[in-house]
Amino acid sequence: MTDCLAITNLSATLPDGQRLLRSVNVNVAPGEVRALVGESGAGKSMLSKAVLGVLPVSVKIVEGDIWLQGNDLGRLTAAKRRQAVAASIALIPQDPLTALNPSRRIGPQMTDRLVKILGWDQTRADERVRTLLDEVHIRDGERVLRAYPHELSGGMRQRVLIAAAFAAEPKLIIADEPTTALDVTVQKQILRLIAEMQRLHGTAILFVTHDLGVVAKISQNVTILYGGMVVEEGAVDQLFANPQHPYTRALLAATPRYTDPEASLLPVDQSVLSDLAKAVETADRDWMSSHGG
Amino acid sequence: MADNLFTISGLKLSLPDMTRKPVFGAAPQIEILKGIDFQVPRNAVTGIVGESGSGKSTLGRAMVRLLEPTEGTIVFDGLDLTHLGENELRPHRRNLQMIFQDPMSSLNPRRTIASIIAAPLRQYGLTDNIDGRVKEALDRVGLPQSFAKRYRHEISGGQRQRVGIARALALSPSFVLADEIVSGLDVSTQAQILTLLERLCRELGLTIAFISHDLSVVRRLCEQVIVMHNGTIIEKGSTKAVFDNPQQPYTRSLIDAIPLPEPDPLWLAPDAS
Repeated sequence: MTDCLAITNLSATLPDGQRLLRSVNVNVAPGEVRALVGESGAGKSMLSKAVLGVLPVSVKIVEGDIWLQGNDLGRLTAAKRRQAVAASIALIPQDPLTALNPSRRIGPQMTDRLVKILGWDQTRADERVRTLLDEVHIRDGERVLRAYPHELSGGMRQRVLIAAAFAAEPKLIIADEPTTALDVTVQKQILRLIAEMQRLHGTAILFVTHDLGVVAKISQNVTILYGGMVVEEGAVDQLFANPQHPYTRALLAATPRYTDPEASLLPVDQSVLSDLAKAVETADRDWMSSHGG
Repeated sequence: MADNLFTISGLKLSLPDMTRKPVFGAAPQIEILKGIDFQVPRNAVTGIVGESGSGKSTLGRAMVRLLEPTEGTIVFDGLDLTHLGENELRPHRRNLQMIFQDPMSSLNPRRTIASIIAAPLRQYGLTDNIDGRVKEALDRVGLPQSFAKRYRHEISGGQRQRVGIARALALSPSFVLADEIVSGLDVSTQAQILTLLERLCRELGLTIAFISHDLSVVRRLCEQVIVMHNGTIIEKGSTKAVFDNPQQPYTRSLIDAIPLPEPDPLWLAPDAS
């Protein structure tokens, strides 16, 4: 079966030649929930931006391919690429407030993508959005459609964006830290909702997060990034029960658990970090020499 | 009681609700704290937890008298702070220090780290051997002496938060308010800062009010905890008792909502409630 998303050997650099992504391989199978985990600067947002084709202008993809539904995005013209991405990927952003236009009502913001980009007629789009608000358990959908973003709570706004993401039946949803800005109780509701919608629609999700707790609950498979490199990947059960890479073990040991407050909290060992820095250096040297740099 | 540094009783605080302010005239008052009673014991870390909008930061700001309460009393070390004016407060401010959430915006970009740490010392006239005191402060938080000459943008997030801690402790205050000080940090950095705080508490016998929304961190660091919701205290007690046997459904739901880093397919299953 073709992967929904296949990122192969992807490297991206800044103008000075510094690599931000270092030969990254990530595959997302149809219907799979894969977590993309890393601390700040690990390249997790950079990777999702590369897939969406919204990298900052200074960052160039210098090697590797992104395959979406069996199409090599690098071989498409810019316009075709936008079409392919719009047709099969949707984004659940981190901050639901900045993702919504404050001066427009929710309804038109939700149907815009369907009408203006995918060419649906307005009536069909309206109906679709109503069905989806129902699916995300918004009871007074009519009021929400007429509301402005500031009139809704943070959890409600995130529900609206989840509904909008699923509206066009995308094959893949990139969820970029969708619960980081929320309180824990709301976070649990939203994670539950994402899981429920995912099962209902069979959509693959690339779930970007830094929170290992969230990873353990939502995903089937995990890719751990450090310094733009894949450090470890595997099924969630195995990775948490038996982490192979010292960095993964260190991250788990650094996470406090309320169930086990006496366990010694181990700051990530400097030797682990210096080994990683060396690995990054070696990878860059090999890469430079094989690319005539 | 002698072993309580803070005794707060019947504390109410209202602020103007600017979202409902008429164009002319005063904004209506909105009650943020609705009667808070609790004590902060000496030489211990007291956790203040709650979700956004629960009033935990407002309570913290009232304790260090950045805000003036509408009703009730705040007694700090035998002294009633509740309605003291700025001039009367000044001599006591050296004992009421703060560590902030965002170490980037709480450090002056145009000053060196040494000058930032020395600022509170200068304010209180402790100018003899100021270099020595700054050295000591850097040492205490595990930063190398070479950092004294750097600026905030030249150091990492975790190091910045260490500077924030060094500055707060420079005057050896009897009370430190720590408002969400690890929530902007990566887990590996967070673990370093928590370990540092634990060591400092042990060595210096600090009295800290630790405001946080992360219950795992609070369970780890705090001896006692108060749980806030909607401007009131829902539950308080020793951290162990509150976590092991929460008396209130709200506390229970907060604890249950923490995702532990352990795979559990049932966690996201729809429950009966």
